[in-house]
Amino acid sequence: MTQQVAVFTNVGERTNVTGSARFKRLIMNEEYEEALSVAREQVENGAQVIDINMDEAMLDSKAAMVKFLNLIAAEPDICKVPIMVDSSKWDVIEAGLKCIQGKAIVNSISLKEGENNFKHQAKLIKRFGAAAVVMAFDETGQAETQDRKFDICKRAYDILVNEIGFPAEDIIFDPNIFAVATGIEEHDNYAVEFIEGTRRIKQGLPHCKVSGGVSNVSFSFRGNNPVREAIHSVFLYHAIKAGMDMGIVNASQLAVYDDIPLELRNAVEDVVLNSDAEAGERLVEIAPKYSGMAQENKKEDLEWRTWSVKKRLEHALVKGITQFIEEDTEECRLEADLPIEVIEGPLMDGMNVVGDLFGAGKMFLPQVVKSARVMKRAVAYLDPYIEATKVKGSSNGKILMATVKGDVHDIGKNIVGVVLQCNNYEVIDLGVMVPTETILRTAKEQNVDIIGLSGLITPSLDEMVHVAKEMTRQGFDIPLMIGGATTSKAHTAVKIEPQYRAEGDKKGVVYVNNASRAVGVVSNLLSEKNKTEFLQKTTGEYVKVRDQQARKRPRSKPVTLARARANAAKLDWNNYTPPVPKKLGITEFKNVSIKTLRQYIDWTPYFMTWSLAGKYPRILTDEIVGEEAQNLFKDANLMLDELEVSGKLQPLGIIGLFPANRVEDDIEIYTDETRSEIITKSCQLRQQTEKTDFANYCLTDYIAKRGVKDYFGCFAVTGGLAEDDIADAFDVQQDDYNKIMIKAIADRLAEAFAEYLHEKVRKEYWGYATDENLTNDELIRENYQGIRPAPGYPACPEHTEKKKIWQLLDVENRIGMKLTSSYAMWPGAAVSGWYFSHPDSKYYAVAAIQKDQVEDYAIRADMSLEEAERWLGPNLGYEN
Amino acid sequence: MPTKLEQLKLALQERILILDGAMGTMIQKHKLEEEDYRGERFADWHILIKGNNDLLSLTQPQIIEQIHREYLEAGADIIETNTFNATTISMEDYEMAKFSREINLESAKLARKVCDEIEAKDPSKPRYVAGVLGPTSKTCSLSPDVNDPSFRNITFDALVEAYIESTLALMEGGSDIILIETIFDTLNSKAAAFGVEEAFEQAGRTLPVMISGTITDASGRTLSGQTTEAFYNSIRHIKPISIGLNCALGPDLLRQYVEELSGVCETYTSVHPNAGLPNEFGEYDLEAYEMSVEMIDWAKCGFINIVGGCCGTTPEHIKAFTDGVEGVSPRKLPELEVKMRLSGLEACNLN
Repeated sequence: MTQQVAVFTNVGERTNVTGSARFKRLIMNEEYEEALSVAREQVENGAQVIDINMDEAMLDSKAAMVKFLNLIAAEPDICKVPIMVDSSKWDVIEAGLKCIQGKAIVNSISLKEGENNFKHQAKLIKRFGAAAVVMAFDETGQAETQDRKFDICKRAYDILVNEIGFPAEDIIFDPNIFAVATGIEEHDNYAVEFIEGTRRIKQGLPHCKVSGGVSNVSFSFRGNNPVREAIHSVFLYHAIKAGMDMGIVNASQLAVYDDIPLELRNAVEDVVLNSDAEAGERLVEIAPKYSGMAQENKKEDLEWRTWSVKKRLEHALVKGITQFIEEDTEECRLEADLPIEVIEGPLMDGMNVVGDLFGAGKMFLPQVVKSARVMKRAVAYLDPYIEATKVKGSSNGKILMATVKGDVHDIGKNIVGVVLQCNNYEVIDLGVMVPTETILRTAKEQNVDIIGLSGLITPSLDEMVHVAKEMTRQGFDIPLMIGGATTSKAHTAVKIEPQYRAEGDKKGVVYVNNASRAVGVVSNLLSEKNKTEFLQKTTGEYVKVRDQQARKRPRSKPVTLARARANAAKLDWNNYTPPVPKKLGITEFKNVSIKTLRQYIDWTPYFMTWSLAGKYPRILTDEIVGEEAQNLFKDANLMLDELEVSGKLQPLGIIGLFPANRVEDDIEIYTDETRSEIITKSCQLRQQTEKTDFANYCLTDYIAKRGVKDYFGCFAVTGGLAEDDIADAFDVQQDDYNKIMIKAIADRLAEAFAEYLHEKVRKEYWGYATDENLTNDELIRENYQGIRPAPGYPACPEHTEKKKIWQLLDVENRIGMKLTSSYAMWPGAAVSGWYFSHPDSKYYAVAAIQKDQVEDYAIRADMSLEEAERWLGPNLGYEN
Repeated sequence: MPTKLEQLKLALQERILILDGAMGTMIQKHKLEEEDYRGERFADWHILIKGNNDLLSLTQPQIIEQIHREYLEAGADIIETNTFNATTISMEDYEMAKFSREINLESAKLARKVCDEIEAKDPSKPRYVAGVLGPTSKTCSLSPDVNDPSFRNITFDALVEAYIESTLALMEGGSDIILIETIFDTLNSKAAAFGVEEAFEQAGRTLPVMISGTITDASGRTLSGQTTEAFYNSIRHIKPISIGLNCALGPDLLRQYVEELSGVCETYTSVHPNAGLPNEFGEYDLEAYEMSVEMIDWAKCGFINIVGGCCGTTPEHIKAFTDGVEGVSPRKLPELEVKMRLSGLEACNLN
């Protein structure tokens, strides 16, 4: 997500040891966790950039800067925003820049020590790819008047842009904000000088920005925060109008301009704008009146602290918050019979949530690592209690971990290691590129309980197989865990597990698909009670996976069309009489209400449209997206209610049932029962890869040849022709949400309509399943007789077939749905397809076909070979 | 006669250029064993070195040469040197840091030789050697020790030093371009960029630089947590001739990020995705045709200027891309508003 920031950019100033006594104390005492929460607070309070300054005489500023920046890099909540490295010492700035992956700002450089030094630093900043704050400061001192401010900035600008090639847009001038109302007459005009200087700089030096340390201006009122805040807001109000782009401001301590009491605001305004010589005195006079003004104390959002302790632990783990972990852990411990249960229960549950989020791409690596740290903190807290009870939990044990020979990737393995350690397992980490011999020797010497192997690159898979073989050969009986990016359940099941198969509670191979699952697996493997059962279950799963794998033939060989046809599905037509439709011909459906159709909606794809993953209705109570899903569901139903009443959207549908027979891979559709006149023929495609246990299917297989009276149907439906108009109306109102919503709903209605019509066809119009009685859920799972494949989908992938549906049903004239030149349907929310009634008919994919079939198809469908190849492009199993 | 750089710039305006495909998975097909990696020269090396693919430029140069040749014959305009792990830092995994310079130099020479050979046959189509700087096996902005998030096992300065040495050797060996690729930690790539500029200064000449980052998973971020645009903002200061994405994901998952990048980036864009995600057996099975359909679509959508392949792609893939994008106009460079483009993990563009 890009943050597009206009007008004024807020730079957080609390992580500055010169400006914040609290931050300074935290850094001096090396209380870095708390110091990080200062940074986090600022970002939460709206700082768009955070300024970090460690300039303190009693501090090793460079080391503190590096340490703090490295810590911040592990805090996504903080380091999502750019960083301003602030120091008066160049070596501190340089050390800071070496720790920041993003594009940062240097604060600051100036001409104070002459041009050479300035150029040297600017060149380096450019090479580090940072922006820079340039102070209006030269060899003779800081600029106080607007003329000097402009002149120095202009000189710096020319050097930077023209001599060094520094991008003008990466320059931020700081033309010095000084205190006003100090009682010294020369100071009275300082705010005005800044404001006017800013105006000239912004006009004269293209693309540059202007910034400043705002709190300086109110320095003479220190101790009286309400007045200071008022001065800041008034000053900013005018400076921003003059072109000031950014400022170092404590966002949470800024009065709202309009909320300042009028008397105070007028007095402040006079001071800032230096309206007359007495302005300062007037403000000094009234200031005490406002010093006690209640300050709004912005509390961080601590609502989660009111939740149950289990939810709090989960929240802390997911968000990586260590602040309350000990008190929450203690609360859990007091409730538990044994301290170890706190780990095995609530903490592990929280880690599983983290694992799920990570797996779903909703958390990323640094966050998971933070979670592990919280976990570790909780475990450390529990340790003495666990020691004292001497009940170490049945799950303690020693685990050897290694990235196998030939592989140097270990991030995942390290995470697993940490997570295990968090759970009080002893981890022996042999590192990367570990030869089998070393792994197995160490395992024996150290008497470990489990071996865990990891690998990221492809050849590591073979290496793991080798380790498994060796374990069998050397007579090991401890379990083997497999993990890492290229590993998989399938590979483990097919290649590794057979080499070291479980025998009762001995041996066994378990695939662990992500770090947070590791603890669950390990605790099972080391539990005397669960181990055998767990291994048995795992072995059982792997047998299944192997079976599936054996059936899957991803690269089947092609066969000739003749051979494929010879292996067609042979339905028993001798003992089967195709049902005769109760109503042949075309039927229109123009008055089916939304009230009826909404009962047929399959909601799962609706949530997918909104990028919420999960099945309806479970998604509504989903831990993560549940709340959002409920909102979406509510809004959809409100819109359906509205449409139901207003009638703005009328779903339309049409079906037709006709006498038909197959001729090879075509279906001839006849005008009437005499079967003498063909209206059109539907051309189908046959699977053309080598099959052993199955037929080479073609949809025509489900239709009888001439001689048996068979039938065939088709349909077209839309959610309503007004879909686009309604969406456009929302568009005009800039209401994207409802614009998407109406389309998503129309789409659902079209699908629901198709489902509804199919049911009508089965039960009434064709009437071969009059006593069918299915719930919507069963409908969605297609637990009924017959299919309704759609042209363009896997069973009949060729899109131009839709024109035959349009021809058969006269779709455009009758209900207004159209086909585009590329055979897309209009309106977008539309479904069309064929009806097959045979009980054996089923959905499948045609997949890759060969040239002989395409040539044959071209002739049948009356198109040139090139055309056929174009329409069948995705299915061509050969180079054309 | 225009210089090679001028020819490159002209070509980029006229057509979509083709980058080569995978090296590692092509080498895998040779099923080389420990002794093949060692060759005569390293027969007695004290630790196992199987898997050190970059070393093959010294011990099995004919294999590397042949892979380069096949890619050039498939239509590649630019081939990448076999130096993905050749920095001193990565070579140290095999205790071979001292051969880093030689491997970079010889790899560049090998690529140069094959380019010259193919170019001699058809001088109208210049071929370019991209000297590859990989990410190294260490990360500069992530701690390998989760108990101490402030710990780093590599410094910026050490990376810069390693990259300077590699860059100078790649230049000396005849590279036309420097390609910093598979960037999963932007700080590493900033060090690489820093080192490259330093090397240019030392060598007294500059080469065009290509940058290619890696989106590692479904979160749409680099391993170090940056979004595509944040990554772009972090690295655009070196004024690369192209910025792109490679590795980790197949074209289906990568598409949205390529589209995003093409919209925010004022320089040329490159892509070289994997041939899909690895299947359960670690093989990449998105075939040339299937993959080219997607790549050609990107080309037609105007997302890209340079296209090639990463893990699992083969000369057939490159041939399919070459044929498929022929005649498709390259992406036009957008004119971007001048803004201060900062970033943390997310981009922050200040008007």
